[in-house]
Amino acid sequence: MRKALTGAYAAAEAMRQINPDVVAAYPITPQTPIMERFAYFVNNGLVDTELIRVESEHSAMSAVVGASAAGARAMTATSSVGLALMFEVVNVASGLRLPIVMNVVNRALSAPINIHGDHSDSMACRDAGWIQIYSENPQEVYEHTLLAIKLSEDHDILLPSMIMQDGFITSHSVEPVDVLDDEVVKQFVGEFKPKHSLLFDKNPLTVGALELYDYFFETKRQQEEAMNVVKQKYYSYAEELSKLTGNKYPMVEKYFLDDAEVAIVALNSAVSTTKVVVDRLRAEGKKVGLLKIRLFRPFPYEEVQDALKNVKFVGVLDRSFSFGADAPVFAEIKNALYDLEVKPKLQSYIFGLGGRELYERDIENAFNQLLSGDVSKEKRYLNLRE
Amino acid sequence: MKKSWKEIPEGGLIVEPHTSLENKTGTWRSFRPVWDPQKCIHCMFCVFYCPDNAIPITKDDKPKRLDTNLDYCKGCGICANVCPTKAIEMVEEGDDQ
Ligand code: SF4
Ligand code: SF4
Repeated sequence: MRKALTGAYAAAEAMRQINPDVVAAYPITPQTPIMERFAYFVNNGLVDTELIRVESEHSAMSAVVGASAAGARAMTATSSVGLALMFEVVNVASGLRLPIVMNVVNRALSAPINIHGDHSDSMACRDAGWIQIYSENPQEVYEHTLLAIKLSEDHDILLPSMIMQDGFITSHSVEPVDVLDDEVVKQFVGEFKPKHSLLFDKNPLTVGALELYDYFFETKRQQEEAMNVVKQKYYSYAEELSKLTGNKYPMVEKYFLDDAEVAIVALNSAVSTTKVVVDRLRAEGKKVGLLKIRLFRPFPYEEVQDALKNVKFVGVLDRSFSFGADAPVFAEIKNALYDLEVKPKLQSYIFGLGGRELYERDIENAFNQLLSGDVSKEKRYLNLRE
Repeated sequence: MKKSWKEIPEGGLIVEPHTSLENKTGTWRSFRPVWDPQKCIHCMFCVFYCPDNAIPITKDDKPKRLDTNLDYCKGCGICANVCPTKAIEMVEEGDDQ
């Protein structure tokens, strides 16, 4: 059924259909409408979920960690400094291998305090051992949330997932979203079967025991292996979902890339804006293309290398800094291309911090620089007052 | 032998009881007490002072001390320090093990 949904409501709609056992959350702009909508579902008996209203995000993540360890399907959502406050327990969730699924509505980290979208929050968690999936629009938010449940809960994976969407741009903008029937989603996600759980295991189970130098390293090595398994199993779940929705979920999506001479790499809502510019420049006969990154953790190095190997100049759009180093997306793209004999030339573009607009003309300027071979080792800034 | 990363439950979970028996805490030791039964008068000082209960004794009316249980001995040296006959020597752990 086609519904008019914001990105936030699309996340809530997916959560309604998943019908998790436990949800714990604390309000934070721009995540709030997800939980506001979900609380409406709880209040009207449309889900069986135990909704725990906690006093902070640290407690929200702690509550879903406890619920998940007990054997419940547990979900939450957050943004920005809320994610930062969770950070300690975000790592506990992945370290304990709990398949928690969390929608993250991207918003700048303080200070200065700012409520608008950039990726400094989720990028700060890129090494936290969570699967990270970035969403272009509300449709993808909805579908990625369903996909994440399957990936996270696979017994060979058992890693938590974050599904990202841009604050306000996606979370508060209404778009048509094709929603599957409740029964179809119920079949797709299936009943939650924890591999181990405090409530249902026959043997006594200890969760969160101390591990020192004799076992900690082995436990971390397992987490890395689980990320490898995500890459191996990703497409079987993606295709299962494709059969239901008719949409495709490649780890990276190529847009007019096969014969492109120059390309831009982007994720989240900047992808849509870039597509508009690609369409216009293509109509003018310019060989421009776009690579969209959907899966950011684990990072699809081979897929990126394959997609960009014939492109001469690549511009990478980052909506966050890694201060004093290559920006997060740029660094991964550069890594992915290292093994090529003939490497594309790269340009790092920073844009959109704290919700600064990204206009079509900014992307067009970037494309024109790439088309004229004008790239440098320095970061460049789109729509910044110099 | 400790298990490889492929053999242990994920997430540091402990999925069965009694696993503490596998946890030989004596791996912390950097000095090892070497006991000389010839010099020992079985006064039990070391047995009572050992903070880890790592010195076993016979179950007799007049118990005798047995050799140190190195699975749990931390090498603190208290036993060597209290022994009235200097029957315990602390030797640095090394390749000779
Ligand atoms: S060295 Fe310390 S721990 Fe080891 S037997 Fe002696 S007193 Fe006990
Ligand atoms: S303190 Fe010395 S003499 Fe006494 S029981 Fe221990 S080793 Fe033997």
